[in-house]
Amino acid sequence: MAAAEDYPDSLLYHREHDWARVEDGEATLGITWYAQDALGELVHFEPPEVGASVRRDASYGEVESVKAVSDVFAPLSGEVVDVNRAVVDEPETVNEDPYGGGWLIRIRLSDPGEIEGLMDAAAYKAFVAEQ
Amino acid sequence: MQTLLRTPLHDRHVGLGARMVPFAGWEMPVQYEGVIPEHLAVRHDTGVFDVSHMGELEIEGPRATELLQGVLSNDLEKIGDGGAQYTLLTNERGGIVDDLIAYRLSPFHYLLIVNASNRDADFRWLKEREIPGSDVRDVSDRYALLAVQGPRSIERLGLPAARPFTFAEGEIDGVECMVNRTGYTGERGCELLVEADDAEELWDAVTARGAAPCGLGARDTLRLEACFALHGNDITPETDAISAGLGWVCALDKDFVGTEALRAVKEEGPQRRLTAFVMDERAVPRPGMRIEEGGEVTSGTHSPSLDVGIGMGYVASELAAPGGIVTIDVRGRPRRARIVEKPIYRSESS
Repeated sequence: MAAAEDYPDSLLYHREHDWARVEDGEATLGITWYAQDALGELVHFEPPEVGASVRRDASYGEVESVKAVSDVFAPLSGEVVDVNRAVVDEPETVNEDPYGGGWLIRIRLSDPGEIEGLMDAAAYKAFVAEQ
Repeated sequence: MQTLLRTPLHDRHVGLGARMVPFAGWEMPVQYEGVIPEHLAVRHDTGVFDVSHMGELEIEGPRATELLQGVLSNDLEKIGDGGAQYTLLTNERGGIVDDLIAYRLSPFHYLLIVNASNRDADFRWLKEREIPGSDVRDVSDRYALLAVQGPRSIERLGLPAARPFTFAEGEIDGVECMVNRTGYTGERGCELLVEADDAEELWDAVTARGAAPCGLGARDTLRLEACFALHGNDITPETDAISAGLGWVCALDKDFVGTEALRAVKEEGPQRRLTAFVMDERAVPRPGMRIEEGGEVTSGTHSPSLDVGIGMGYVASELAAPGGIVTIDVRGRPRRARIVEKPIYRSESS
């Protein structure tokens, strides 16, 4: 079952429709409800390797639905410390629970100052409304 | 900027919240609920597709059969009135101008249902080859076409059993239509040709009987699992019918455009063949991806029935045997695929 539209206040957002949950110098990353809805049911997640570096605004992986492939963009820079294997095995988890079980990777932040450049939920909701 | 054409069912699609996309000059529904649930509805029960963008050409006159026998690859003498036949329009090189279904109303009257993107090209092709006593007309704008497909489709529509590739006049809840026992999904089913003015009434009757609205997204995944070629991708004017695995619809004992070229390919054996494959590693093949052993993917998607990446592409004949392994270049990542017998998925209902 697809989740209902939602943009939690506890998260930070990037204009490429990615979210970040920042805790203790690390961030969990995923794609927003808007992104998964635009793609449709996901059938593939191509993750980065643990230990790889990701750069803010650059692609770190791919998600695919039946019809489309999309790059996933990093909202923040850092080193990959974990990849959600459950999403690799069952990509539709992202549609069902984009901010919970559907997280994609966890990174150790290399430049925590970048957080200032992200949107809060209110700003992201306004951004989505313009799309 | 070209204006997109709309089918008589456009308002129904919008009303159902379909995602509309441009396709072959038409604004068409790609999905309603989602490609995967729509695909599974057709595999397990019944789905309905608006395929009114497809073209209808009528060929009429005392020499209609003679005209068509000279341009179509299959032998129309094999079917009688009320019979339908999958066939090809071929060029001098044996390349495929279009693939289509011919319906024989009488020896003097045929209906051809052709791909939307080739409607104009097919019409011109036939018009240029018209002979006295054969009249070719494009009647596409008069009709809408609904494909109702799935193991329960015939039962849900209350239609009598009939053999595949036959057709008859019929009606669904009072709406008269031509009931064609044909389809593009690999399931039991029919395609209903109806006057454009009656299209909404027929759509409403079919959906009220429990057919799930399905878009072009599911149509593509269904046809690829069944290994039906898509013109423009798997078969084109540059690919010959024998290499495409369509020798079974080429009556090489008669003379039609391209017969000699096709006889030569058959005699020598094709150098490459349109081959089906299933991914051995996690990846979704897409059209245009390179096959490292030579060739490229012509169709590729994620199979909702098998939950794995599937595709077709031309590979060298010596590599085309089922069980062989090829490598697909998935955006720079080599991914292994296994060649399989066609179809990739075989329905129990068809």
